[in-house]
Amino acid sequence: MIPRAGAPAGAAGTASAVPPVSPVVPVGKDLLGLENLTASQIGLILDTAEPFKEISERQIKKVPTLRGMTIVNLFFEASTRTRISFEFAEKRLSADTVNVAASASSVSKGETLVDTARNLEAMRIDMVVIRHGASGAARFLADRIDSNVINAGDGTHEHPTQGLLDLLTIRDHRGPIQGRRVCLCGDVLHSRVARSNIWGLQRLGAEVAVCGPRSLLPNAIEEFGVRVFQRIEEAIEWAEVLNVLRLQLERMTAGYIPSLREYNRVFGVTREKLERAPRDILIMHPGPMNRGVEIDSDVADGPHSVILDQVTNGVAVRMAVLYLLAGGKPELAEAAKGER
Amino acid sequence: MADQIVELYGAENLVLVGIQRRGVQLSERIARIIDEREDTQLPRGALDITLYRDDLQTVGPRPVVGSTHLPWALDDKCVVIVDDVLYTGRTVRAALDELADFGRPARIALAVLVDRGGRELPIHADVVGKVVDVPSGDRVDVLVSELDGEDAVVIVPRRSET
Amino acid sequence: MTEGQRSKVKGQSEHTQPILLRGGRILDPSQGLDTVGDVLVVDGQIEHAGTSLGDVRRDDNPLEIDCNGQVIAPGFIDVHCHLREPGREDVETIATGARAAAAGGFTAICAMPNTDPVTDNQAAVGFIVRQALRAEAARVYPIGAISVGQRGEALAEFGEMVGAGAVAFSDDGRPVVSAHLMRTALEYARSFDVPIADHCEEPTLAAGGSMNEGLVSARLGLKGVPNEAEEIMVIRDILLARRTGGHVHLCHMSTKGSVELIRWGKERGIRVTAEVCPHHLTLTEESVEGYNTNAKMNPPLRTAADVAALRAAVRDGTIDLVATDHAPHHYDEKEREFADAPNGIVGLETALGVLLTHLLHSGAVDLATLIMRMSVTPARVFKIPGGSLKRGNVADITIFDPLHSWIVDPAAFRSKGRNSPYAGARLTGRATCTIVNGRIVHNLDVR
Repeated sequence: MIPRAGAPAGAAGTASAVPPVSPVVPVGKDLLGLENLTASQIGLILDTAEPFKEISERQIKKVPTLRGMTIVNLFFEASTRTRISFEFAEKRLSADTVNVAASASSVSKGETLVDTARNLEAMRIDMVVIRHGASGAARFLADRIDSNVINAGDGTHEHPTQGLLDLLTIRDHRGPIQGRRVCLCGDVLHSRVARSNIWGLQRLGAEVAVCGPRSLLPNAIEEFGVRVFQRIEEAIEWAEVLNVLRLQLERMTAGYIPSLREYNRVFGVTREKLERAPRDILIMHPGPMNRGVEIDSDVADGPHSVILDQVTNGVAVRMAVLYLLAGGKPELAEAAKGER
Repeated sequence: MADQIVELYGAENLVLVGIQRRGVQLSERIARIIDEREDTQLPRGALDITLYRDDLQTVGPRPVVGSTHLPWALDDKCVVIVDDVLYTGRTVRAALDELADFGRPARIALAVLVDRGGRELPIHADVVGKVVDVPSGDRVDVLVSELDGEDAVVIVPRRSET
Repeated sequence: MTEGQRSKVKGQSEHTQPILLRGGRILDPSQGLDTVGDVLVVDGQIEHAGTSLGDVRRDDNPLEIDCNGQVIAPGFIDVHCHLREPGREDVETIATGARAAAAGGFTAICAMPNTDPVTDNQAAVGFIVRQALRAEAARVYPIGAISVGQRGEALAEFGEMVGAGAVAFSDDGRPVVSAHLMRTALEYARSFDVPIADHCEEPTLAAGGSMNEGLVSARLGLKGVPNEAEEIMVIRDILLARRTGGHVHLCHMSTKGSVELIRWGKERGIRVTAEVCPHHLTLTEESVEGYNTNAKMNPPLRTAADVAALRAAVRDGTIDLVATDHAPHHYDEKEREFADAPNGIVGLETALGVLLTHLLHSGAVDLATLIMRMSVTPARVFKIPGGSLKRGNVADITIFDPLHSWIVDPAAFRSKGRNSPYAGARLTGRATCTIVNGRIVHNLDVR
């Protein structure tokens, strides 16, 4: 007899061969952030996303994998792009989706987050994708309902699927993340995309830097283990990848920076500044872009930009996350041992 | 098996599609034999049926999804699905569903290296390498040198890994 | 003592049975007393505190309480509490707060005025005094608002409120933003010889913050409140106390920098006193991990360096006293996204246990100092009765077992508030019997 390595005892296949199962610890009930994931868990999600890319290239962009599952997109903050991306991911896996926008729900009448979630759960929702303006809101929900919870952005804390699709995009264009030099440019203080990226990149062994006005960097930023560049020119000199963060207009009115014009002059990514780069730098942006503020159009639309690839990868990564979280129950696997 | 396929369906409009994982290697070998003998360049594809399985909810940790690669239009072709072992028939059922999402072949046939009986669905193989009779609890695994370092057919009795 | 206070002390003492506390460790820093012995209480006053009285038979048949293994101390006084009556009786009443205080070993508490309506006039002060009498538990002294409605504009009527029983003034809950108002309040308060207690928070620095500014807040994506928000107001208040000769009392100090500034002020003879809460002596910003709203309060939990500085300050007296800042909130209000949850935790029933476990038993502070900070000094600073077991003093006594091991169960609190970060914690040390004005208002065995 030849011992079969890596196959779980009794896990049934649809044929006599046992499907290869990843030995990585499963991601768990929820995806709340990248800070506490291991390198292999992140690797599993990225590897799982690869085959899902192909489905979006088919004519019939649908597989029956999550058929019969109900997923609620609970968005307390307006967001077209992220919500649509999740919706495509859900529908391409044949799940039923329900979109709840905070203004349309009873939340505006003062219903608490807990009650909203419990009401949805009582309707037998399988998964909730939540975007909320308060840091910690996704964790708050996940601790209180049994459904899987996916964080689509909580306050200024994390946006894990964005971090993952950014990692996948870098990997596609520049190979393994280990040792890659990635600089996050802009308002790191208020950016959940920045935090998820920093943690995801560090987990996979990249060298991470940030660049932005000091008033928009957390006071404790050095303790994150990242380099800090005061000038965009220094970042361009050093980096292989620039991930340019969106500058919100409110920051100006709140007094963090004097004007958008100065921000663009000093910190904006422009063609002339990029031309002095010693290497071919990948340009990324989570969107939506403020053209002419943090990034100029000729850069965003230029040859170094992979911004549209990020969008494509977004759907694949979200499909992978949905697939991995909507896992079967191991007890049922025991019961189904060897009978198929 | 290669000869049988050509005999039954001819080499025109033939597409060989292997089911991940070892069906792909077997399909590649058969295609090469046919190419040599018939002087053709048969289109080959690979099909991963994980996302079409009917038991995803019970199988435990998520199976790894392999790649699916069907570069040719399937309409009007004769598609021969190649797999290593035919048992309950559920894998083939999943493959048929998946192929339907890609197009409408003129016909679909099934070629398997080992048929071990125990069907749970009305599926039959058109081309069979060998029929074996094995108690329902045991497993039949095919090893291919490309992946496992050797070619072999192995019978694994029930409970040997509990 | 005001007329109001005096009559209250006298009125309750009739018809109470004398009490004889046998064989406890009597620890009274007000007279340097630390001895095993007996305490005799008659007519609401201390008749004797010291050497054992032996088997002397008394005609008045005193209730004997065996205090073997217990410490007998002058009653603890908490000068900073939030009792939510009037306005939020669903969350706490004066009665439940007074009973919670007694259960925690406190014989007196001071109630902050940020009620609804605000306690900014003599009628409101009188209401609190009357409600407290009805509760028949710990004493409750009202603190009046500095400004009308705590709006930070017009000075409230200090004189009338003092006459009705107010012992200090504060706009706590909020800072006094206007330096001019703070100055005027300090000057005006001199006429009545009462302290002005300030909640030190510079509003523009602190705006929107929900925890300490540092690495944890950066990781959790929460806006932080820097130390300077407190320290800027601390030095401002100290300087104004110097200018006016008034007495400023600084509420709930939380930073190392504040301690340094207070030391500076005291070295110059400025009339500044300061308090610290048990949670700022034992917890750090790491308690917020997981977005735990029971670790959310104002000022926030800071770093280990701040905790160490505050402990040293309690030891050397730079911080004069310990207060709880007892702040009950409804479960629903705390069961919210972190940034939206209200600030504050309850503390009356855990203060003694927390301090004994983490400060006494860890060796950070000795017991005499602790009792000094919890009883002797609060009485002296706020000029209220108690704080001593000298013969003839009012019989406000706290008896506690410093080795009693127990697990904090908020469901068993006398307070209506359950919001405590110590839920489930094992503590060593607990009040076993609380006596106010010669009457037992709490007894652990009888519960």
